[in-house]
Parts: sequence; C-alpha cells; structure tokens
Amino acid sequence: MTSEPDAPRGGDIVYRHRLPVRLWHWVNALSVIVMLMSGLMIFNAHPHLYWGAYGANYDHSWLDITPGHLRVGPLVIPTPGILGVTPTGGRFVAFPPLVTIPSSYNLAHAREWHLAFAWLLVVPGLLYWAWGFARRHIQRDLAPTLDELRPSHIAHDIGQHARLRFPTGAAARHYNILQKLAYCSVIFLLIPGIVLTGLTMSPAIDAAWPWLLDVFGGRQSARSIHFLCAMGLAFFILIHLVMVVLAGPINEVRSMVTGRYRLPREKSE
Amino acid sequence: MSARLSRRGLLGSLAASGGGLLLAGCDKIDASPTVQKVLGFAEPINLHAQRLVSDRAALAPEFSASEMSPFFRTNGTAMPGTPDYAQLVANNFADWKLVVDGLVATPLALSLDAIRQLPRRTQITRHDCVEGWSAIGQWTGLPLGMLLKQARLRSQARYIVFHCADLFNGTPYYESIDLIDAFHPQTILAWGMNGQTLSVGHGAPLRLRVERQLGYKQAKYVMRVEAVASLAGINGGKGGTWEDAIGYQWYAGI
Repeated sequence: MTSEPDAPRGGDIVYRHRLPVRLWHWVNALSVIVMLMSGLMIFNAHPHLYWGAYGANYDHSWLDITPGHLRVGPLVIPTPGILGVTPTGGRFVAFPPLVTIPSSYNLAHAREWHLAFAWLLVVPGLLYWAWGFARRHIQRDLAPTLDELRPSHIAHDIGQHARLRFPTGAAARHYNILQKLAYCSVIFLLIPGIVLTGLTMSPAIDAAWPWLLDVFGGRQSARSIHFLCAMGLAFFILIHLVMVVLAGPINEVRSMVTGRYRLPREKSE
Repeated sequence: MSARLSRRGLLGSLAASGGGLLLAGCDKIDASPTVQKVLGFAEPINLHAQRLVSDRAALAPEFSASEMSPFFRTNGTAMPGTPDYAQLVANNFADWKLVVDGLVATPLALSLDAIRQLPRRTQITRHDCVEGWSAIGQWTGLPLGMLLKQARLRSQARYIVFHCADLFNGTPYYESIDLIDAFHPQTILAWGMNGQTLSVGHGAPLRLRVERQLGYKQAKYVMRVEAVASLAGINGGKGGTWEDAIGYQWYAGI
C-alpha cells in the first residue's frame, strides 16, 4: 500500500467534522437524552407492552415491569433496586428516578418535555438529512462502500475493535465500517423509526395518516417498536460513550466541538 | 482490601451524591415556571401541526366487531358516589335530563328516551389512554353536531364544555373541545356501548366520544353541554379537570 506523499500522518491535526455535523450532534444529543428520560417516565404510567391494535391490563402483554421484576415473554428477570422500585415517599415506578424526567412520577410534565423536545429531534434531524445529502456528507462519509461491506472486512474490523486496536494515521481520517453501520442505523433506522412510531401513537395522526397503523401493525405494536427503538438508541449511546473514552476522550470531544482532530499515531512508529 | 473497600465506598457515595445533585438540578429545571411556559408552547404548535396535516373531517380508524378488545377496562371514576347520582341510577335515569345551554339560541333539556329517538351513529373505535394502553369498543350515540344545530349554536361560541356528575376533589368533572372536534362526524354523545346500554362504569347515561383525542377528553356521566366563548372563567380555566388538576395538555391529539 502506498500513500500520497502529503497524506496526513499520525499526530497531525486534521479538520474532521464540519459545522453542521457538530451542531446537529450536540442538539441531537440533548434532544435524544431528554426524549429518552421523559419517555421512560411516560412508560412508567403503564409499564406493559403489547402487540397489535389494542392492549390494556387484561390483555396479553409481552413485556411487564412489576415490583423488582422484568418479564420479557416467558423470561422473568429479577431487578431489585433497578427496575420496578418504590422510592421513599413516592409511588411505584418501573424506571427509577435517576433515569427519568421528572425524577418523581409525573406523567403530565413528562409529556410536556417529550412533546416539546420531539420538535428539537425532528426539525434539526430533517435539516441534517437535507444538508447531508445535498453536500454529499452522507454519500461520502457515512455510506458504506461495497468493499467495506464484505463479510471478511467486517469480521476483520470487529476483531480489531475487540482487541481495542483502532485505526491510526491516515486511516483514522475516515469512519470505519463499524462506525458507518452504527451511525447509519441511528440516522436512518432508529430515529426515523422512533419518530414514525411516536406519530402512530397519536389518535389525531392516525385519522390523518391511517397507513401508519398498517406499517407498524397497530397502535400497541407501534408503542412496542417505539420502546425497542428507544432501547436501541440507549444502547448506541452507551457504546458510543465507551468508544469515545477508549479512543481518547479529549481528542474526540474536541473534534466534535472545534472540528479539529489529532490523528492517532501509528503503532509501528 | 480495606483500603479498596473504602475507596469503593467513597466512589459509591460520590456517585450517589452526584446523582442526587443531578436529580435536584433536573427537578429544579422541571419545576421552573419559565421552563414550563416554554415547554407549553409545544401544545398549540402540536395542535396546529396536526390540524395542518389532517382534514378537519378525517375519520379516526374504525374497526370490525372481530377486532374489538375482549374486555374493555373502566378508567377514572367507575361510580360517581353522590346521592344525586345514586338517585338517578335507582330510577334508571328516568329523571335525568341533558341540559344544553350557554351560547345557544334554543336551550334544551332532553330526556334519555328523547335522545335515543334522535339520529344515532355507531362506531367501533380505539380508546387511547394518556397512560399508554388502548382498548377497542363499539359506541352508539347522538352526533354532537346534530345536537348543537338543534340548539342553534350562537356565532360567538368557540368551545363546548361538558359538565359531569362525578366529582374530582369535590368539584364536578368537566372537559371541553373546540368546534372543529365538536362538529366532527365521529364526535358523539354515547348512550350505548358494545351493543348494550352504557354501563355506570363507562359513564351512564351519556358519555362523550371525541375519537381523535386521548381518553381523558372522553367525559363520562355528562349532565350538561354548555357552549362558551372562552374557557377562562370555568373552574381552573384550563378547559378540563385533568388540565386544571395536574397539567395535562388541553389538546390531547397526541
């Protein structure tokens, strides 16, 4: 492999993230976190999930959070002190105060946060999409190439990640295939999925766009998928934060604030 | 070992107090009137956005009999515990009359039998509780728009208020909708449910069905329908019992 003579090397500072990417990243981080935490409080109001058009207490649920227990299908997992808790002086909640907005049970306030920040999720998200396609950020930086999608390439990258060996030098200028797949799943699957299933739960939107119910298999299915997308986003955030820490938090956070990123030094140097 | 334990203990208590501070901070933000005001802007935006994308007569999905919930749970009040209501039940609502007044040219007082003689609409629709659950049931009743035409609604009227027999913290339950929802073809005052007379648990003798909004708008035990120009002077002024009591949004389309 030959590299261009003036190609950047490990230790060089490169301009990695353009302003719209950085702006959207932080606006979206804020809105997703508020949406997740207020959403968990909304879930607390009825901690059961169903498939189909209807679903209430006497119907068959596939997920329940009861005092100290999580049930998923036939699987009952004890969750003492984590899920299904009764805080001192409060009422029983499925998700504990540390992860909900507001911290103590309040469906009305949770809905206010959720239904206001939804706009901060959708509008900047659409602007990012429009900018990303128009300026070819998505096609150039995020879309996996056919070569990268080869199973052997993906397997190799997974192996390298598992050994905590991350790309260095010029290779670190671009997203690797695992990053591309993770970011594309968030941008084109989880966020659109969570927005559309959120809209499907609205009785007024169901009157306007009844096809949404056909797409997701009914309102309670949409509610279940909404929850699963939320769990997917929470999982992404967890892995994302771990990767930032492992890859060098100061350099990574600086690159998302100023756009400038110091390429990790090649190990062979 | 003991050093490690105490370090772990220290870390644990640091995390706990950090979490406590974070919670206190978040709750302070949540309780701030300014924050609540800013968040409150979303409600009219959501209302107008939803009205923008939907025809004012767009129908809520209707279902077939085979798609109905096997059991439709009751919610909120299941039995208004007042002596007046007990007397109405004892008499099988023979003494009950629906009052239609406020900004109407012809105030009305209609018996349950009279209402049943009027044109009816039957619909199998989905009831969505604000808490998240849904139940599908069949409702039969008088289209509200028809009643308002009969009472000759005045042009100043902007909202229709439903005054109910059940009490919430000592005050009669009430709800309100605007005229777009009031004249929507699926908005009915239901006296029948699932092919039977509406039960006490579900709001006998008459309950509102406003199918493009959430459950707390579906007022039960309706005694009086009042047309008003503004919601400001009524009880807490927010247009409904739950809106006044705990701050649910008046517009419950989402």
